[in-house]
Amino acid sequence: MPSLKDLKTRISSVQSTRRITSAMKMVAAAKLKRGQESAEAARPFAERMERMLGSLADGVSKEGAPKLLAGTGDDKTHLLVVITSDRGLCGGFNGSIVRAVKRRIVELTDQGKTVKVIAVGRKGVSLLRRDHRDKLVATFEELVKPYPAFEQADEIVTKVVEMFEAGEFDVCTLYYNKFISALTQEVTPLQLIPFTSVGKKDDEDQDSGIGDSQYEFEPDEEAILEALLPKNLSVQVYRSLLESFASEQGARMTAMDNATRNAGDMISSLSITYNRARQAMITKELIEIISGAEAL
Amino acid sequence: MSDKVTFELVSPEKLLFSGEVDMVVLPAAEGDMGILPGHAPVITTIRPGTICIFNGNSVEKRLFVAGGFLEVTPDRCTVLADTATPVEDIDVSAAQQMVKDCTDDVGSAKDEDAQAKARLALATAEAKLQAAQSPAYK
Repeated sequence: MPSLKDLKTRISSVQSTRRITSAMKMVAAAKLKRGQESAEAARPFAERMERMLGSLADGVSKEGAPKLLAGTGDDKTHLLVVITSDRGLCGGFNGSIVRAVKRRIVELTDQGKTVKVIAVGRKGVSLLRRDHRDKLVATFEELVKPYPAFEQADEIVTKVVEMFEAGEFDVCTLYYNKFISALTQEVTPLQLIPFTSVGKKDDEDQDSGIGDSQYEFEPDEEAILEALLPKNLSVQVYRSLLESFASEQGARMTAMDNATRNAGDMISSLSITYNRARQAMITKELIEIISGAEAL
Repeated sequence: MSDKVTFELVSPEKLLFSGEVDMVVLPAAEGDMGILPGHAPVITTIRPGTICIFNGNSVEKRLFVAGGFLEVTPDRCTVLADTATPVEDIDVSAAQQMVKDCTDDVGSAKDEDAQAKARLALATAEAKLQAAQSPAYK
């Protein structure tokens, strides 16, 4: 049986924990709102970029296409770009993405392929470093601060393109947490290089109905593609950063909400134990007094 | 076919302009381009410069872009800009400072790559300053 004083200290420590977790929840909720807004604001650009690139890519012959579009024609070396958060206390947010990536690494290694990893976010770096130190080629920490910006996406892409041009990998896949709701995130792989048209499936819905070859190009197709492809990468990465940011805040909000609730439960059960112990002590003292009086 | 152009200007951060206009004049890679209704489908890159949106006979809005892409299809005209600012929001003294800084950068650039980069930044800064000081189509 813990003493009354012990119980009291426990209760007050859980109470201050609860205060912290509920404050963190508020902060996460506010950031989530902002994150969601910017994710939505970025959507039109990404969509239009995709549409433009889709119509361009269809028109270019495979042989003459830039490598970013067509790939190296090999798939021996894979580069995985993993987007995680810089801070913890957000439930399974980082754990689930790192788990998915580790599974993928094992899968690829079993197939005899070389794997390289770029980790974005401090948590991902430390989680991946433990098992796959040798595969980690670059890390970005404290990049998304305080909010994701386009330049940060550019920084990652510059590194990726640099490596690609040096022939250090053939296929590049991005892993990030896709925002579904404040409660759920989904680990999503997105192939960056070679380019795959995401909008392919809704080609039929496009009402414009113009053939790809009807476009006029200025200066010319290749030059535009060369400029557009890296830009598209940045846009995709930027979008993923935003999604990941919103997911992180959502995950943290949920985790902190749970923590706050658990702390509440704990406080009430501790208070009950405390009150019982207090009562027991009073009863004991009374019995002592009464039996003392009776003995006289 | 309508006698208006559906024009959209988007930057990575947000949708800056969307609506029906009479004409758009923008700095394409090989010379300024005026987009009127019924323009042939075209895809081109954009130089740093000012995009002028016309409604009626006057300029409704001027926006500075640091570069980007233009896509014209029979039913719309879309600009994907790297960064875009309304001309009236440009801070002239900041732009002048930027031109100065970029000029220094060009002078101090060590290798060719850095020099090319600095030149590009300088051209962008100069275009921005020009957009703020002497707007076209008064």
